[in-house]
Amino acid sequence: MKRMAIVGNHALSYGALLSRVQVIAAYPITPQTQVVELLSEMCADGTLKAEFVKVESEHSAMAAVMGASASGARAFTATSSQGLALMHEVLHWVTGARLPVVMGNINRAFGPPWSIWTEQTDSLSQRDTGWMQIYAQDNQEVLDSVILAYKVSEQVLLPTMVVLDAFFLSHTSEPVEIPDQEMVDEFLPPYENKYILNPDDPHAFGGLTNPEWYMELRYKIHKAHEEALQLIEKEGREFEKLFGRYYGLVDPYRVDDADTILVAVSTAASTARYAVDLLRERGKKVGLLRIRVFRPFPYERVKEILSGAKKVIVLDRNLSPGAGGIIASEVRGALANVKNHPPVFSYIMGLGGRDITTKNIMELFEEVEKMEEGKDIIWKGVKI
Amino acid sequence: MGKEEKKIIFKSVNDLPPMAMSLGTMWVNKTASWRNLRPIIDYDKCIDCMICWKYCPEPAIYLRDPDERVAIDYDYCKGCLICVEECPVDAIYTEEEGK
Repeated sequence: MKRMAIVGNHALSYGALLSRVQVIAAYPITPQTQVVELLSEMCADGTLKAEFVKVESEHSAMAAVMGASASGARAFTATSSQGLALMHEVLHWVTGARLPVVMGNINRAFGPPWSIWTEQTDSLSQRDTGWMQIYAQDNQEVLDSVILAYKVSEQVLLPTMVVLDAFFLSHTSEPVEIPDQEMVDEFLPPYENKYILNPDDPHAFGGLTNPEWYMELRYKIHKAHEEALQLIEKEGREFEKLFGRYYGLVDPYRVDDADTILVAVSTAASTARYAVDLLRERGKKVGLLRIRVFRPFPYERVKEILSGAKKVIVLDRNLSPGAGGIIASEVRGALANVKNHPPVFSYIMGLGGRDITTKNIMELFEEVEKMEEGKDIIWKGVKI
Repeated sequence: MGKEEKKIIFKSVNDLPPMAMSLGTMWVNKTASWRNLRPIIDYDKCIDCMICWKYCPEPAIYLRDPDERVAIDYDYCKGCLICVEECPVDAIYTEEEGK
């Protein structure tokens, strides 16, 4: 084990290296470019024994890793924003073909207007593609999540997206422990899948399926997601035994006696953790629930933690125009069947990379303290 | 044409592989079922130019035994009638299905 100061993008590259990926196909896009730059160097100098496929678009990148995975190779790619949108069709294909591809996505706001800064609408708008989605809050978690993603994906035959904030993680150096290869090998065995393209046992894959069986195949995808809910926590514990760090579906902080709980994801959650500490010093009973895994959505964990609170605040750095915050909509959905559930206050903030400060988050708690009825949407910081 | 009838029977979701693997084999799914108009080749007019064979998008036009003239595979011809449109000597006419 060694400790290095690396940016979040390179944490993805190291995660792929240690997972011994065999095929990488990617197209550069700000702020993801460093991920594949480092991987291409690793392939060129022999550090990583993988096939690096240069492609002409993100659609082709995803198609290439899909083919690689279908032929039995562990495959990796990374993208961001417009690039992810271009992959959209193939994202559905990879899930339907039940291929355990892992990709990195750097959250970047959609254009127009052109933006390169962080916002989660890009990955959240891939919500229904059937990809599992993990949102990391620091660079160590980025690296570890790639390894964990392959471990779970290859058991349930579903793809995973490891998601991180543009610049706040992608281009920020943090000290990261690089695990020893032998220990990663002990945790993550080579990729094996009995449903692969094999010339000695030819099959048609993904062919025309009539209404008699299509629904059953979709049911199986959903069941695999449900299985992943258990597996993510189980493999998180196995990972902890070897590496001393635990990652679960959610990451609750000071919630046990909290009257008001804030729900957040990614780096906004790290900031919120500090805000919670400051408010606790002032005697406020507040807590934080960081949602780490967005798909499969951890409904049970969210219900367990939030149903005891008096008020729930959701911070969404994303927007579904015409509906509101995407995480808030899931949280409201999770609480709908809980008797006497707490009111939900849905905040939209930090779009297009606008900073979310400790002060901003403390203000949310202060504002909500004065409100009784839940609010479907509150715009924080818009210059009206 | 040596087509082996090989239908895989599933009773419940548990018998299925995780993805559509050889579920929709074309030996079983005769995709011509939605054809409305049937193209028919008039061999007296046909000049063996093979333009229909080249244009058929399926491809459902093949060279038949033993005379190696073009013929239409009605199991898979979807009735798009591109062959009728492209035939330079109007040797392909149509009939309504089911008549």
